[in-house]
Amino acid sequence: MSDTIISAKDLCKVYHLGDEVVHALRDVTLEVRRGEYLSIMGPSGSGKTTIFNMVGGLDVPSSGEVSVDGYRLADLNPRQLAWFRCHKIGFIFQTFNLIPTMTALDNVAIARLFSGVSPRQARRDAARVLEQVELGHRLDHVPGELSGGQQQRVAIARALVNEPSIILADEPTGNLDLALGEEIINLLGGMKDRLGITVITATHDMKMLSASDTVVWLKDGAVDRSARKGEVEINVGTIDGETVV
Amino acid sequence: MDTRPLHEIPEQTPLSWRIAFTVSWGAMRRRFLRLLITMFGVILAIAFLAYMLITDHITQTLVAVNDERLNVLLQNAGADIFSGGGTDDLMLLLIGLSLLTCLVGIVNSMLMSVAERVKEIGTLKCLGALDSFIVKTYFIESALQGILGTLTGMLLGLLVAVTVSFVDYGGYALRHFPVLGVLKSLGVTFAIGSLISVFAAIAPAYMAAKKQPVEAMRIEE
Repeated sequence: MSDTIISAKDLCKVYHLGDEVVHALRDVTLEVRRGEYLSIMGPSGSGKTTIFNMVGGLDVPSSGEVSVDGYRLADLNPRQLAWFRCHKIGFIFQTFNLIPTMTALDNVAIARLFSGVSPRQARRDAARVLEQVELGHRLDHVPGELSGGQQQRVAIARALVNEPSIILADEPTGNLDLALGEEIINLLGGMKDRLGITVITATHDMKMLSASDTVVWLKDGAVDRSARKGEVEINVGTIDGETVV
Repeated sequence: MDTRPLHEIPEQTPLSWRIAFTVSWGAMRRRFLRLLITMFGVILAIAFLAYMLITDHITQTLVAVNDERLNVLLQNAGADIFSGGGTDDLMLLLIGLSLLTCLVGIVNSMLMSVAERVKEIGTLKCLGALDSFIVKTYFIESALQGILGTLTGMLLGLLVAVTVSFVDYGGYALRHFPVLGVLKSLGVTFAIGSLISVFAAIAPAYMAAKKQPVEAMRIEE
């Protein structure tokens, strides 16, 4: 099995808004190794989400090529893309994106159902993964009855239930306070270590740096710089006894 | 990185109607109040249709009895005993208009529901849902609320028509109650109601399926 799980080459994305031409990505080349924790950092509009959409098979580049786990995404038909998203990618969103009318258990089970297992098996697997994220006692609660941190943990369970190769987490701590954000970062880091899943987060949360193997900074749709663990200098301070970066 | 040949890449398997039904039914149960409001329009329109058809049957049957006292009661109730008591064109127009309103009502509320749930649809697609699954769930949800509304409307129309005919004609209505005719009217009402519900479900289901998975990533400010 190849050591490289994601290979993006000369990715460009251009949007036409009336007469205006917006370059969301400019010649982005990126290689991610299997089992790596990569953080993509940059301000809003720097192209983080656009890269996510390309890697997750949600959008196609204007030019350039993306291969994920051996699949050249541009070649896949819609049904193959749906299979790819279901089996290879686990999505985690800033706004959690749980289905408000479904219980925590059903929110996870529906993702499992798409992989083709029976409804009974899907619920069993969903319950098992929810136990792993310590929500075994909240299975029958709808998202409205859960805290932000708990909702994000349901979303993580949903992303994990089909045992994907890659987790794409778009600003996973963006809607959470400091402590909950840290809890989610630890959970993502743990998944990488325990399950060998490749984790990619788009973030402007500096706390993510300590968990990452590699950090890529984007600026105006292009890679500004990248650094491996240990190369990044982080200034740590404390506020009321809590560590902040 | 070596890429795999295309034929080695599996295609996503579609989920059954039964699973789509379970998902739709769950969503409908949790949005019960909203559902009732949409259904209210259907209930009223169908109740009106059922009432008109059943009353028409009862009146025609009673006119055919040709009893002197009954004819007086019929005339007091406003039935035209010389033309056989049939529904006039104005009534047909009213029925047609109420059914049209009911159709537009279902389409409108389902389209609003699709617009509200764009992110939900995008998320489901990110999880691996095919267009066909989205079509199925929205079609079932829309058609089911139309059909449930139709059934409730039929019962309401029947209840009102029977009550009014008993009040107007007393024992005559009971003695000459046209069971077969009323059942036929209910059948026609159900067929029309269901047809409208299914027809109204097509556009919203199609619109829902066309939403892109990338919508899941959008953040409302």
